[in-house]
Amino acid sequence: MRTVLYLIRKEFKQIFRDVFLGKAIIAIPIVQLLIFVPAVTLEIKRVNLCIIDRDMTSYSRGLLEGIQASGVFRIKQLTLAEDEAYSLLNSNKSDMVIHIPLGFGKDIGRGNPVKIMVSVNAINAMSAQLSWVYLNGIISGMNMDIALENIGSLLPTNLKQVDVTHRIWYNEMLNYKHFMLPGILTILITVIGMILGGINLVKEKEIGTIEQINVTPIKKHQFIIAKMLPFLAISLMDLAFGLVLGRIFFKMPFVGSIGLLFLSATLFLIAILGLTLLISIYSHSQQQFLFVAFFFLIIFILMGGIFTPTDSMPLWAKRINLFNPMVYQMRITRMVMLKGSGLIDIGKDLLALLTIGITLSVLAVRGYRKAV
Amino acid sequence: MREVVIRVENLVKRFGNFVANDHLNFEVYEGEIFGFLGANGAGKTTALRILSGLSSPTSGNVMVAGFDAKRQGEKIKRNIGYMCQRFSLYNDLTVRENITLYGGIYGMSSGLIKQRIDELLRQLEFEEYADRLIGGLPLGLKQKLAFSVAIFHEPKIVFLDEPTGGVDPIARRQFWEEIYAAAARGITVFVTTHYMDEAEYCDRVCIMDQGRIVAIGTPTALKQKYGASSIEDLFVGIARPNAQKE
Repeated sequence: MRTVLYLIRKEFKQIFRDVFLGKAIIAIPIVQLLIFVPAVTLEIKRVNLCIIDRDMTSYSRGLLEGIQASGVFRIKQLTLAEDEAYSLLNSNKSDMVIHIPLGFGKDIGRGNPVKIMVSVNAINAMSAQLSWVYLNGIISGMNMDIALENIGSLLPTNLKQVDVTHRIWYNEMLNYKHFMLPGILTILITVIGMILGGINLVKEKEIGTIEQINVTPIKKHQFIIAKMLPFLAISLMDLAFGLVLGRIFFKMPFVGSIGLLFLSATLFLIAILGLTLLISIYSHSQQQFLFVAFFFLIIFILMGGIFTPTDSMPLWAKRINLFNPMVYQMRITRMVMLKGSGLIDIGKDLLALLTIGITLSVLAVRGYRKAV
Repeated sequence: MREVVIRVENLVKRFGNFVANDHLNFEVYEGEIFGFLGANGAGKTTALRILSGLSSPTSGNVMVAGFDAKRQGEKIKRNIGYMCQRFSLYNDLTVRENITLYGGIYGMSSGLIKQRIDELLRQLEFEEYADRLIGGLPLGLKQKLAFSVAIFHEPKIVFLDEPTGGVDPIARRQFWEEIYAAAARGITVFVTTHYMDEAEYCDRVCIMDQGRIVAIGTPTALKQKYGASSIEDLFVGIARPNAQKE
């Protein structure tokens, strides 16, 4: 244990003596959180519309007012020329074209069925679908108004219909930032731990200082622990830092237990650093390490559930995700922070992290060769 | 008869088809300065790494400090010091921090480390450099320091791999004074070099060429045997005919 302490002290001295690294460890989380949390959003806002209103009656204006009042859409262009409308769609200047035909208002007045034509730019399938749903909502609202207007005089009592009351749990304000921050924070501590820890070991190989260590009677597990703990500590420090920043700048709630989150983050980082060290003991240069680390990072992040729910992934992807520590940590962080989930709720996930962490760390100890 | 601390019998080390060490046989006695001479690529470093537990032999018996290099590499490491060709202390740590680190790794108590560092710095007249980063020191001082770190835990044997490469003659002379001082304390010194003048400082030398030992003995005896005026003449005389066979 004493040996490990001597080595850990050495790592900290080296990290904080490096003027750039010492600052970067603090600066990177600030910049990334402040930029990414507000920027990365899946909310649909400001869908650009181009309207071809051939009708120009109070009904068509009523529809347009409804659309504008929703806050989701922005009418960018009113035109009578179809060509112009579709060229805007083509050049991505407009996301949707709504074509209101001549006689729209007259037909409604007469009680005839009316049709409008909506064309959506679906290059981004997700946002196209969402804007379509919003527009449908507006139009069915309008239909209801028309129906009431027509039959209201006949039926004095209210129309029977299913009324949906909804309550939003855990993120009551539907604040997207509160959903993204735990995810971004998880990615952040992963990247910091992985890059700092991995480069550190490979650099010792490159400059040759590891040879002097390898010729000492140090035990393999002592060496791996000493290479893991400093970066575990730095990543946890950044997590704490990120939570404080989130609180200050985004009023990020924290419903659950901070201790539980840090316990889970510790297990998670042991898994990440175990993998990092496993890669770096087999890498001969920083390039080799970075390529392999990057390969895993991309998989972890894109499959980890920051944007897309992991539950709706195909079965084979779910199987891969069983070994993806980020899935567990991302879920735990959100559950603990937003729902206040306790040890029992996340126990299974913690156990998975622990298993992955121990396996990778043992492999790293086994794989490390005290040779040149 | 003095105690044998290194015994090498039929040591062979192959890298694929390349034979780096071809049936080496020699013994090193306690307290002597044993020089391992040879041109670049003769197989000196390979043999030294096997002796210090960093690499394992393809075949043959190697005993170092009473342990088998094949199976007990870690036990050997506890009993030896090592200084490699490439400077391998931490440039971004101070002199004191580097020594403390290695003292700690070898399990010395922090009190003992402090006391020994003060002694060492005084003895080397290094006090003014104690809290400077090693990276900024001249190479001669760095090498002396690397040697001091290698023997800081008082090992039985110290292995030095071309310790004076790139160092000026004065610093080299001073370095050898340190080696003598260590040998006088009973530490066996195993040193590889291709500086032939340094060979004259050794108690015994072993000359390697293309993976084989071509001569072994005291410098005086070898010079007499081959009728050479210096080890350098001797070396060129032995190594050159072999090289021409290629």
